[in-house]
Amino acid sequence: METYLGEKQQASQWSPYINNGGSCLAVAGDDFAVIASDTRMSLGYSIKTRYSTKYLKITEKCSIVSSGMQADIFTLHKVLKSRAQIYEQKHGKPMSTDAVAKLVSRLLYYRRFFPYYTFNIVAGIDDEGVGCVFSYDAIGTLERVKYSASGSGSSLIEPVLDNQVALKNRNDIKKEDFKLTKEYAIDLVKDAITSAGERDIYTGDFVEISVIDINGTHEEKFELRFD
Amino acid sequence: MQKGGFNFDLYQRNVELIEKNNYKVPKTTKTGTTIVGVVFSDGVVLGADTRATSGPIVADPNCEKIHRISDYIWCAGAGTAADTENTTGMISLQLELLSLSTGRSPRVRTALTLLKNFLFRYHGYISAALVLGGVDFTGPHLHMIHPHGSTSTLPYISMGSGSLAAMAVLETGYSSKMGEEDAKSLVHQAILSGILNDLGSGGNVDLCVIKHKSMEFFRNIDTTNSKRKFRKKLPYMFKSGSTKILEKEIEEKMRKMEIVNEKENAIEELEEL
Repeated sequence: METYLGEKQQASQWSPYINNGGSCLAVAGDDFAVIASDTRMSLGYSIKTRYSTKYLKITEKCSIVSSGMQADIFTLHKVLKSRAQIYEQKHGKPMSTDAVAKLVSRLLYYRRFFPYYTFNIVAGIDDEGVGCVFSYDAIGTLERVKYSASGSGSSLIEPVLDNQVALKNRNDIKKEDFKLTKEYAIDLVKDAITSAGERDIYTGDFVEISVIDINGTHEEKFELRFD
Repeated sequence: MQKGGFNFDLYQRNVELIEKNNYKVPKTTKTGTTIVGVVFSDGVVLGADTRATSGPIVADPNCEKIHRISDYIWCAGAGTAADTENTTGMISLQLELLSLSTGRSPRVRTALTLLKNFLFRYHGYISAALVLGGVDFTGPHLHMIHPHGSTSTLPYISMGSGSLAAMAVLETGYSSKMGEEDAKSLVHQAILSGILNDLGSGGNVDLCVIKHKSMEFFRNIDTTNSKRKFRKKLPYMFKSGSTKILEKEIEEKMRKMEIVNEKENAIEELEEL
């Protein structure tokens, strides 16, 4: 629409999507995976709730974290949980991590023309017992990686993981000499998401972190800043 | 020649740059902010949080938002950080010159008039929302100034993105018969409310208590919300050579020494020491 001065004014159109903020990350080791997400749900400059889970345990060997719009995260997790249950009842065994990863990709692409506003990371142990992380875009592009971060704090977390896990831009230590231990990975994940909480206003309150290995999933919760 | 006020000559060019040339307007550092002022029996209390944001990122987790206009006139600012700092800085200088030329101590309403006239000339383009408080010989005063140049004189004020959270506390707790400790506690609670409930505010609480010929500035009076909750035990270690060395240049800091007097067995004597 044009005003009398001849400038064009953009009419703001209604959008079905909102961003509730938050950060997620996952790191895979040789025989384990660590996955974490914060629990703050925001809208604009307000906090809607300090605890709204973005994490779902799908099987003992596989979990998912998602950031983006809480409504779509909730629905996607609901659908995923029921599909995993149906599979287990039909096949008499729980879904393997690779199967879960592919299923998430298909569920997302099914909504190619009205996507879930979710940025997902799946992590777990594959059939050989090796840790794995799968990262996605909103419409289901699947990529298996060693680590991944998504959400409002992803640009703060990803460079830290690039340097500390993939040893990028480091000439002091060689990849052959570096072993990613479980304790190191857990500390690194906790540190990275705490640092994101310091500088990103949408990340904070609590963190749900879980460690997946051959013995199952161990879940933990710790506090971040409340401001 | 234009005497003052905003020059709109480049407006058309700016509109075209944004629309046709895809020019990205640079982000200004906003202070997000919760700022508060309360009048009590003997004076005024000003409060502010300490977070400066650049979009969704915290640019400065511990900045100072309470600015000095004169010894007993202080001003808390919300909006664009550069605007609040430079506006209060300029008016502080003007007020000092004025007080020297009139031979009288500055009044709060003078600062108010200087600030509102300055901001009005720029039609809101200078994004400074201020809470001006102080005690002069006519008593304690508290005013709020909007970016467009309008002002209000009130017993309690809150501004910034956290103003609603702070005002909720002020409306509940304010009484016209408050003493200094009550007022300080109320302002503290109001700022805390902004820090905890507003994402644009955070960090520490700053307080400023102004009474007749007395000013107390409590910088970071409350730091409970700005403590990092987890820190990795093993530090991040980067040995020399982690970043590839392309060039090495060693500068000699010590001048060459001349041997003035040579003594026999000098080295043995030094070793004995």
